[in-house]
Parts: sequence; C-alpha cells; structure tokens
Amino acid sequence: MKDYLFIIRGGEDMSTKSPEEIQAHMKDWEIWMGGLAQKGQLVGGEPLQNEAKTLTERGTKVTDRPLAEGKELVGGYIIVKANTLDEATGLAKGCPGFEHDCSIEVREIAKM
Amino acid sequence: MKDTRKIDQTLNHLFRHESGKMVSVLVKIFGSENFELAEDVVQDALLSALETWKYRGMPENPKAWLYRVAKNKAIDIIRKNKHSNIIDFSDPEKQLLTSEYTLKSTMNNYWQEDYIKDDFLGMMYACCLPEISQENQVTFILKSLCGFSTKEVAKSFLTSEDTISKRLYRTKEYFRKNKIKPEIPSAEQITDRTSVVLSSIYLVFNEGYNSTHSEALIRKDLISQAMHLCKTLLDSERTQLPEVYALMALMCFHTARSEGRLTPEGGLIVLSRQDRSTWNKELIQHGKTYLYKAGFGNTFSTYHFEAAIALQHCVAKKYKDTNWKAILNYYDLMLDISKDPIVSLNRCLVILELNGPQKAFEAIEKLKGNKILENYYLYHASLGSINEQLQCTTEAINNFKRALQLTQSKREQQFLKDRIASILN
Repeated sequence: MKDYLFIIRGGEDMSTKSPEEIQAHMKDWEIWMGGLAQKGQLVGGEPLQNEAKTLTERGTKVTDRPLAEGKELVGGYIIVKANTLDEATGLAKGCPGFEHDCSIEVREIAKM
Repeated sequence: MKDTRKIDQTLNHLFRHESGKMVSVLVKIFGSENFELAEDVVQDALLSALETWKYRGMPENPKAWLYRVAKNKAIDIIRKNKHSNIIDFSDPEKQLLTSEYTLKSTMNNYWQEDYIKDDFLGMMYACCLPEISQENQVTFILKSLCGFSTKEVAKSFLTSEDTISKRLYRTKEYFRKNKIKPEIPSAEQITDRTSVVLSSIYLVFNEGYNSTHSEALIRKDLISQAMHLCKTLLDSERTQLPEVYALMALMCFHTARSEGRLTPEGGLIVLSRQDRSTWNKELIQHGKTYLYKAGFGNTFSTYHFEAAIALQHCVAKKYKDTNWKAILNYYDLMLDISKDPIVSLNRCLVILELNGPQKAFEAIEKLKGNKILENYYLYHASLGSINEQLQCTTEAINNFKRALQLTQSKREQQFLKDRIASILN
C-alpha cells in the first residue's frame, strides 16, 4: 500500500449555511471518512482556513493572501492508503465535498 | 448573586446521578487508561456550572448544560492530545476524532442517550470484574459511578481516606494495565457477570441499611444509590434478569421498613416491637411488582428467597401473624442453593419462633465451631436470646458479652447492654 494525498479545492462558503445544514454535511464527512477508517485506508486529514500568507521570491516577499482564489483555493487535504492511483481515485469519488462544488486532485506521496 | 441553595441542590443531585454516566462516556472516549482525565473533565464541568450559574442563574435544562460543557471540554482535550500518544486513536471510530472534518460529528455520537446508558452499564460491569476484590469494586462504584467523594466513601466503610485512595488507585492500575473496556457482557456471560454486580450492589445497600452508621444522611444515600444502580440494570433489556428483579424487590421490602427500625434517638427496635403503620406501603407494593417479574425464567437466586421472606414480614399485620412456616421453607430452599452459615444462623431464629427454644438450641448447636460465625456478633447474640428463653441466664449473659466485643456499632452495643441489663433485673 502507498500513501495518496487528496488535495481538496474550492467549495461553497459554509458560513452562510444553517446549523442543521452544516450538521448534516459534517455527518456525510463522518460517514465517508468512517468508511475509509473501517477499511484501514484512512491516514488522516484536515480542513484549512481561507486566510493565508504566501512567501515568494526566495522567501523574501510575503503576501497576505493565498495565491489561488475561489475554485483553485485549497480547502483541505486527506491522506489515504491505496495500492494504485486508480484505487485512490476511486476512494475519492465518495467525498461529500463534491456536493458543494469541490474538486479533488489525487497525488501519490513520493518516496525520496 | 442568584439562589445559591437551589444551585447547590441541583448540582448535588446532578453529581449523584449524572457524573457516573459522564465519566463512563469519557472513559470510553479517552480509554480506561485515562480514567483520571475523564474524572477531571467531569469535575471541571461541575465547577464551571457552579461558577457560571451563580452569576447568570440556572439554565433551563441544567443537565443538558452540564453534558454540553463536558462534551466541549472533551473536544478541547482531543485537540490538545491528538498528536500525542496519551490517547489511543487506533480504533477506526476513534480515528475520526483526530480530524476536524469529523471530530464534532463523531463526538456527538458518543453522547446519545442510548449510548450513555450502555456505557454506564458497561462501566458497572468493568468495576465488577471478578478479578477485582469486592471491597475495591464497591469503593470504585461509589466513587466513580455514584459521585461520592473519597471522604464520603471512607465514611461509608468506616475506614480512612488513605485506604480508600489506595483501593481506587489499585483498580485504576488494573484498568490501565489490562486495557479494560467498559462493555456489557455477551449473552453467554451475562448471568455470571451480573451476579458479581448484584452482590456489590447488595453490599452497598447493606452498608446503608445496617445500623453500623451513625450518619443518617450517608445511610439514606447508600440505600438510594444501590436502588438506583439496580434500576439501571432493569432499564436495559439485556440486563433485565430475574435475579435483578428479585434484588430490587428485596431492597424495596427492606427500605419500606427502614423508618420503623429506629427510635427517634437512633436506637434499634426489634421486629416484634416495630410500629407496622410506619412501614412504607407504596414501596411494599413496588416490591411486590418487582418480585412478580422476578418469577419469570427458570432460575431462583438467593435474592428470590430473601425477598420472599422479607415479603412475609411486610404482609403480616402483627408480629404474631407472621407465617414462620413459609419463612422456614424459604430458608431451606436458600440453603439448597448455598450453605451460607449466616443463612443457617437466621434459620435457627425462625425455628425459635416456630418450635421454641429447645429446638432452636439443637439447631444452633450444629453450627458450633464455624469460624465465620464465631466472629459474628449476631451468632452470639442469637445464642444469647435462645439461652435466655431456656432460662440459662449465665450463658445468655456471657453470649451477649461476647457479642458486645464483636460489634463496633454504638447502636448495637447499646442494644446488647440493654439486653444484659434486662436479664439482670
């Protein structure tokens, strides 16, 4: 088994949703991630805040925002275990983030 | 400043009835190796309640408030420790506690009413593992499940706080080393494991019911806690066993008569002189209902017969109406289950009522030399009563004097002194 990173991008602004909607959405995440955990394929993962500082020009320039905006903004990540890139991609298909306009990029974690 | 007395009362009540449940849930989340962490969270939640309610007044639903605070504190602890190895997150369900995607939602699952009940029961069974000595079981139950302070537990067993702390420590170490999970035993094990739980509950009850204690409040508390624990078993289908109903019935019958057993000054009144109108009829009725339910199934426990005996006393309008024949029959059935010397001793007293002192003397003679009875004050006191009725006053006085040496209870000592004095006069 190898480790794969799901880079989750985009998504709607959840702060405009009602508490019930948020709770239902979080339940979907629990079910999806719970399924991965039960199969022993979940390593971990966290959502990310929108604010960011970006360092460029060899770390000499600091910008008070992420480089990407909207659909390109990384909103979170998940690390899973799978045998192939295709299997990992299959696992990503059930992510509840898709209901809220997310995209997921699946990348194998490289051994160096 | 709001009504502090009402707040104190509510908190006391919540502490007695909810802290054990909260501890059980938290132990399930943090693992039994982190028992103290679980207790700290509950303690913190109660302190927050005390401070907040004093200034802002009591919330509409104090219980829900307390649970919410405990839950939030548990979330804080998980966040702080998710990258440490203090808490074992290897279980798939617990793994979800380590991600913000799933932490709150998973945490909520642990605090659902049905799960809380099961965890509390599971904790009762964990406290009563056969490998833990009974005194350690009972100590742990009172402290962790009934919300007693170490001081209150020490008072309950007439021992030092130091001894209690040591007992608690030993049990916690046992949990930690053996990674004990609070669980309700499987259907195959439930009868055996429940019998251990019941004998601990009965021990708690007897500590409260017997007159060893001068403090009436502690006694009442022990009785009500024992009944509360037994009721918890009856509330769950998996643990509704006939013997649980029987013990509940027995405790109802005993408690119904507890007011009539003592004089206003706290002295003991023998059964024959008790004012039967002071007995609690409602509790006797409850006891009957429980005993009826205990009749289902094909097993009879000693609790069944003890309850049946207690019922005979409850329904006799006067002392002389007591159906001693039926009672003797129950004693014989009880001795068929186990040859308990205390039961044999009590049987002699029934014979005394039924067949007179000579027959009773013959029966008690057969128990002579039993090591447990030789050191049991009631054996000597009973022998004294029999000898007294046989007009063997010297022997009787010696018996009562020996009994006096064997009891610590002031009330019982006074009772025995009175007996001696009445013979001498």
